[in-house]
Amino acid sequence: MAGLATVFGSGAMTNSITEIEDNDVLFVIGSNTTETHPIIGLKMKKAVRKGARLIVADPRRIDLVRFAHLWLRQRPGTDIALLNAMMHVILAEGLEDKRFIEEWTEGYDEFRKTLNEYTPEFAEKLSGVPKDDIVRAARLYASAEKAGIYYTMGITQHSMGTNNVFAIANLALLTGNLGKENSGVNPLRGQNNVQGATDMGCIPDVYPGYQKVHIPAIKDKFERAWERKLSDRPGLTATEMTEAAIEGRIKAMYIMGENPVMSDPYMNHTIKALKGLDFLVVQDIFMTETAELADVVLPAASFAEKDGTFTNTERKVQRVGKAVNPPGEARDDLRIITELSNRMGYLMHYNTPEDVLHEIGSLWPAMAGMDYRRLEKTGLQWPCPTKDHPGTPYLFKGGFPRGKGAFTPVTAIPSKELPDREYPYVLSTGRVLFHYHTGTMTRRSEALNKVIPEAYVEINPEDAMAIGIKDSERIRVSSRRGSIEIKAMLTDRAGRGMVFIPFHFREAAANVLTNDALDPYCKIPELKVCAVRIERI
Amino acid sequence: MFKVTIDGKTIEVQEGTTVLDAAKMLDIPIPTLCHHPKLTPFGGCRLCIVEIKGIPRPVTSCTTPVSDGMEVTTSNPYIEDLRKTVLELILSDHPNDCMVCEKAGDCTLQELAYFYGIRENRFEGERRIYTKRDGNPFIERDLEKCIMCGRCVKVCDEVEGVGAIDFGYRGFSSKICTPFGKDLNCEFCGQCVAVCPTGALTGKMWKQKGRQKDIKEIETTCPYCGCGCSLTLHVRRNEVIKITSREDTLNEGWLCVKGRFSYSFINSPDRLTKPLIRIAPKDQSNPPLPPFVKGGRGGINNSLLVTRYSSLFREASWDEAVDYIAKRLKTLKDKYGPDAIAGLSSARCTNEENYLFQKFMRAGIGTNNIDHCARY
Repeated sequence: MAGLATVFGSGAMTNSITEIEDNDVLFVIGSNTTETHPIIGLKMKKAVRKGARLIVADPRRIDLVRFAHLWLRQRPGTDIALLNAMMHVILAEGLEDKRFIEEWTEGYDEFRKTLNEYTPEFAEKLSGVPKDDIVRAARLYASAEKAGIYYTMGITQHSMGTNNVFAIANLALLTGNLGKENSGVNPLRGQNNVQGATDMGCIPDVYPGYQKVHIPAIKDKFERAWERKLSDRPGLTATEMTEAAIEGRIKAMYIMGENPVMSDPYMNHTIKALKGLDFLVVQDIFMTETAELADVVLPAASFAEKDGTFTNTERKVQRVGKAVNPPGEARDDLRIITELSNRMGYLMHYNTPEDVLHEIGSLWPAMAGMDYRRLEKTGLQWPCPTKDHPGTPYLFKGGFPRGKGAFTPVTAIPSKELPDREYPYVLSTGRVLFHYHTGTMTRRSEALNKVIPEAYVEINPEDAMAIGIKDSERIRVSSRRGSIEIKAMLTDRAGRGMVFIPFHFREAAANVLTNDALDPYCKIPELKVCAVRIERI
Repeated sequence: MFKVTIDGKTIEVQEGTTVLDAAKMLDIPIPTLCHHPKLTPFGGCRLCIVEIKGIPRPVTSCTTPVSDGMEVTTSNPYIEDLRKTVLELILSDHPNDCMVCEKAGDCTLQELAYFYGIRENRFEGERRIYTKRDGNPFIERDLEKCIMCGRCVKVCDEVEGVGAIDFGYRGFSSKICTPFGKDLNCEFCGQCVAVCPTGALTGKMWKQKGRQKDIKEIETTCPYCGCGCSLTLHVRRNEVIKITSREDTLNEGWLCVKGRFSYSFINSPDRLTKPLIRIAPKDQSNPPLPPFVKGGRGGINNSLLVTRYSSLFREASWDEAVDYIAKRLKTLKDKYGPDAIAGLSSARCTNEENYLFQKFMRAGIGTNNIDHCARY
């Protein structure tokens, strides 16, 4: 998100989900869409049925490959080489959108020079994608009238994640595939309300609506609204908090509805950090791996037990409706936070969740036009500044928030931890269709557990044969940070030299192995590439 | 544009529009069973037959495109008699068990039988008996109730792109088959269940949870991935018993296995129900994690939870817990400053909750140490 915000001035999916089916070309990179966003996957399949060409770039033979016209199997962590080479081809063949570049972008001349060395031959060497396929992909994408790029964590969860996003943005800017219906750059958000949590300012350097904490005029506005002196020092990111806790700079943490023990890289490190805190509060619906380390655990209400709104990946704010009462004495988070704040001497009073929404609207104009009555039927996409505004299906029509779109030159750099003699395989982690995130909800479903009861590691059959591993055999996977025992699944979904482990399973947690190297800009951990060793037990 | 007259009413429609759709635009009802607006036309059930001037035999309106000047009659005693006969034939080997059928009250076939007043059946004879049950964990496939409309086959192929099922065998032995007749093994999106017009496909977990009486329907948004599908929660006696989705939403009524079937966590016996305060020292290693049960018996036994955590935590009242948190946070803030406190908010919680949480951290505690894990 930081990447897109730098380039365009706003970080979110630029188009709507319903626009997908009318794409001419879809370029899906680093997204296992049919498993992680099944309904968006359906729209992509629908687009293909309606005649769109689909390019998939993924190291794994994901299900979407069945529908693709072109599949680029890049090595994990080599996306920049691939994308830069596509742009090299576009320039060499004169397929760029000169008018768009002239009118809407800046930094082009400098950027153009940086692509010189990225010939398809060079990229083939780095990424393993045949050069002819790179040329075909470039032509397909650049010649389309309505081309959309879709990506998720396969692009961002790298130590060069922000640069990957820059490369994608460059590609869109170069071809003018932005600012119109069916054309744009679309990060698919992985959780029901990531977009909302980010919009609401649950990030260390901005207030709600991406308003920077260090800009005095903005701080003044929030100080007046919240009637308190505020800090202008940007806070720590989640991954920095772990580090600070280990160093003793953070003494207390309050975790609402997250399970960092399972979801963050290098699990043993996270556990050490949380155990070392003087005080830890966890508010959740289940006793999670994180809650077990807490001093106080507060029982919260699930989505079915409260009123409110979620913002989906296309910036659409939609209603959440209370269907049942929370179990026992569990309470909804609003009530818990309000009560705690009041006891700490900062008074909050809201009659309904809708009162909170109105306060948000008063501080962030993009949501000022929303109320529960308007959201009831189908939801509204921000920006929606006034009560009669219909919402905004796609962004950047007639310009970017920052003025012009900025080309950002990026170079291909290797991942932090590459395979070597001792740890010869690349490990990638991710989700499967039948489970969700850290598994606290889905692994309690008897039916889902029947389909996928336990963790497994995808290994290419040729690699498995070389080590002497049979299908379903229990094996040991180790990295420099830890080791797990897990069932082997022989499948050509995994390319040679790479393995894949879903991270939902506590008894064979992928994040025991993963590397906590961070992207220097937005501090996202490198969950998609680390070096591992595979052994028979 | 073509001009077409249906039952005396005239309308102009696009070339390629079917007679059935044109009739719909005029709000003229034509009964259907195999037709589904989001799937390709099939013309299998023969209920949508109409008479068209100039064509000697009745034709299926769902597969017949309009032509200019077409004159259509959708209902007369002859057509209605044919439709009734078709229905009687379909019902001739249909189990007569509406009183225990999950679908009763929401069943297209039952509704048509009601409108056509079919109680006795002229064609009673051999019945298809299928005793084998499909062992998959999500979808009950009662092939005796299947009317071979093919909607499930089409939705699986045309919408989901999976093709897990197809027609098999011939004539009276025809049925919807999985590969080699094995248990269904697919993505379990349940799209087939959503489009089935009878009780042939239902959710296994809906069984005997309630049909129409005392059920509230609540519109909400799916709590899983970022697609933001609209859900309709069916609630009976404070329990979510079924999830469906309306067709006029961004997800067009389609859902995935998580959205449609994975709601049992709401009523899980493992849910936290009381505030807990730690009694065991922090450095004491936790008792070993109870393994999630393998082989399809998911979930932790509730009694385990009590014994397991009673050595770590004790239950407390809200009053005590909140007071304790406030006191501890205040002490630490006074001693180390507000930036020694950090908060992690959640991409699973609502906007309102996230807003308040960061407001509490920023204004209440006085730090910008606020983040959530999935923001990138």
